[in-house]
Amino acid sequence: MARTSTAKSGKGATSAPPPANRERPEEPARYEASKDELLEFYREMLLIRRFEEKAGQLYGLGLIGGFCHLYIGQEAVAVGLQSALEMGKDSVITGYRDHGHMLAYGIDPKVIMAELTGREAGISRGKGGSMHMFSVEHKFYGGHGIVGAQVSLGTGLAFKHKYAGDGGVAMAYFGDGAANQGQVYESFNMAELWKLPIIFVIENNQYAMGTSVNRSSAEDQLYRRGESFRIPGIQVDGMDVLAVRGAAETAVKWVREGKGPVLLELKTYRYRGHSMSDPAKYRSREEVQAVRDKSDPIEHAKKELEALGISEDALKDIDKEIRKIVAEAADFAETSPEPEAAELYTDVLVDTY
Amino acid sequence: MAIELKMPALSPTMEEGTLAKWLVKEGDAVKSGDILAEIETDKATMEFEAVDEGTIAKILVPDGSEGVKVGTVIAMIAGEGEDASAPAAEAAPAPAASPEPAAAEPVGSEGEEKPKKAESGTSKLAGEVRASVSDPDIPAGTEMVKTTVREALRDAMAEEMRADDRIFVMGEEVAEYQGAYKVTQGLLEEFGARRVIDTPITEYGFAGVGTGAAMAGLKPIVEFMTFNFAMQAIDHIINSAAKTNYMSGGQMRCPIVFRGPNGAASRVAAQHSQNYGPWYAAIPGLIVIAPYDAADAKGLLKAAIRSEDPVVFLENELLYGRSFEVPKLDDYVLPIGKARVVREGKDVTLVSYSIGVGVALEAAETLAGEGIDAEVIDLRTLRPLDTATVLASLKKTNRMVVVEEGWPVCSISSEIIAVAMEQGFDDLDAPVLRVTNEDVPLPYAANLEKLALVDAGRVVKAAKQVCYR
Repeated sequence: MARTSTAKSGKGATSAPPPANRERPEEPARYEASKDELLEFYREMLLIRRFEEKAGQLYGLGLIGGFCHLYIGQEAVAVGLQSALEMGKDSVITGYRDHGHMLAYGIDPKVIMAELTGREAGISRGKGGSMHMFSVEHKFYGGHGIVGAQVSLGTGLAFKHKYAGDGGVAMAYFGDGAANQGQVYESFNMAELWKLPIIFVIENNQYAMGTSVNRSSAEDQLYRRGESFRIPGIQVDGMDVLAVRGAAETAVKWVREGKGPVLLELKTYRYRGHSMSDPAKYRSREEVQAVRDKSDPIEHAKKELEALGISEDALKDIDKEIRKIVAEAADFAETSPEPEAAELYTDVLVDTY
Repeated sequence: MAIELKMPALSPTMEEGTLAKWLVKEGDAVKSGDILAEIETDKATMEFEAVDEGTIAKILVPDGSEGVKVGTVIAMIAGEGEDASAPAAEAAPAPAASPEPAAAEPVGSEGEEKPKKAESGTSKLAGEVRASVSDPDIPAGTEMVKTTVREALRDAMAEEMRADDRIFVMGEEVAEYQGAYKVTQGLLEEFGARRVIDTPITEYGFAGVGTGAAMAGLKPIVEFMTFNFAMQAIDHIINSAAKTNYMSGGQMRCPIVFRGPNGAASRVAAQHSQNYGPWYAAIPGLIVIAPYDAADAKGLLKAAIRSEDPVVFLENELLYGRSFEVPKLDDYVLPIGKARVVREGKDVTLVSYSIGVGVALEAAETLAGEGIDAEVIDLRTLRPLDTATVLASLKKTNRMVVVEEGWPVCSISSEIIAVAMEQGFDDLDAPVLRVTNEDVPLPYAANLEKLALVDAGRVVKAAKQVCYR
């Protein structure tokens, strides 16, 4: 019955969307990158790809332990979004799939890799590991192992920006799985209520561990998840770095103007399992291969660069250079000493009591 | 028959209140729902409504009377056809009246029966016994001011907020409502809405927001209306706040205070009556403080706010309204991690914290009357635990009882007993005993609540047992 009446009253609405009853950010446009900018995006994405491949290798060799979540396939998201931020002014926080976000923020691959291998020289002095890495200097606040925690914590980072009036914005990444956590909505409510400068980023890689979005989410169009809090949402092609950067421009503008939070849903895909120990039986080999063939963000950028006249040799040189950086990072991570035994007891508390 | 109007209990912990203002006068006709008076409780100013219809015959307790005990007859209402001017037969004497309900005939209005007065088991917890040893941290000759624990906590926050703009207070009803338990009273007025922030009812969320703000360099004070509700937020307290500094190799600090009432309150039953001291004290990376008196509440909350580490600051609702001497010093800050001997003795050591200290002091007085000289230690900080003070006392008395308003299993008591075994074994002349709440969820019924909670009588018994008396 309800359906009938809806269909009747909705007749006219099918032709044109209803007018927005409140201000919304403008529709993002694909970013028009200069040749140099696109080259830089390409370099960064490639660095993440090669770094993660190497991390996977080191894991296989037993040099990296515990949980290790790779970012392969999702590179355009962190690179596109963070290129629109001001490093050192704007803050970033994410979950445990965090290597890519750190690399995209220009943090030295050596200290990241050394953290993965649990060495003294690691960015957390070997005490955090893959899921718990931070760089306060870069305003990169982790690296959090509890699904969804970073959304509330990120709202706190935004609270600080507003409280201090420092003009910065916070960017909090979380996955399609975390999007079903209660604290996400508690944070949405406060962020909009207090008009906090925060960009909520859902990296929708389609699978929360082994559960697909459709099997876990009543509203699977995740960009709509902020609507009941009046947070505008934008869906973005997360496999196209320029589309991502374009959306970031819109989001950053909105948030910096003091209009409160914005929610971006980046449609992306991870090629590897949830973590290194996930056999990924919940999807077919063909599905993964199809994404790799048709939508790979790096291949995509490569084609555009070629169209802009960058020679294949020049691109090969970049690849060589990146492989060298990653090999050096791996070498550093393998040869650095483990933390001193006395480190066990340091940094539990700051003060002495 | 004239109807007696009695001083109502308007909160679970209210034992007396101030009759701030009468809104009716003698001779006024009143009906059900009329506001008769404004009454100040320990938490707020409340309106007192009429239930019966009639005429105000006599006002027995005038405007502005303080300390009017619950149950005192404050006015008489003459029913229809009665002579309102006739003097009330059994006018109760003003403020000093007994808290027992006046033994009058059943009141005429429909269905209203005199309930048997149910005394909460918590009334035995917050006794009036004072510490006998003055705090060595207070310079001799310092002027002392009678202050409630509630005011002491507020003063600590206000003083620190004046000194450091990074400090802000956030929680449910902390600003416009002036605090669910009035602890943040006046802060909004002084510091404004930027620094005193009402949150939605969203503990998990605002604990995370506070923690994130601390990671970014602010110094939040997050108030939980009670720590029972902090179970919704415990993930951020433990996983986000306590572990950050370690996980980041000392790079990312989290200077935050989580505070609010903890432990049993009066007749609020199992979900609202729990001592989380042992829970948080189990976590490396946290500081856990649970003060007893107002001076410690002030000095330790100031220290907690200044700390660079995350602090769980456990208050006690039953103690909020108690007054203690607080030193009048510009900047009274106490050391975290130091217990205090609050009563010296030589025969047996009673170790406790928070509201249990009052119980231990009361027991010590009783024991003194029976020739047993008990030493009482207030731990004050639960993590890090001041084992040195405990062990020094054990060395002196060779006997120990731990008193805890909380469950026995995996408790602070268990921990103290383990410390005594591991480090004080040669000093023990008897096994250490613990006197705690019963190992059951706290019941509502007054008699059962009383049975479940720790009390001085059981402490006395245990102390005699370890003294083989």
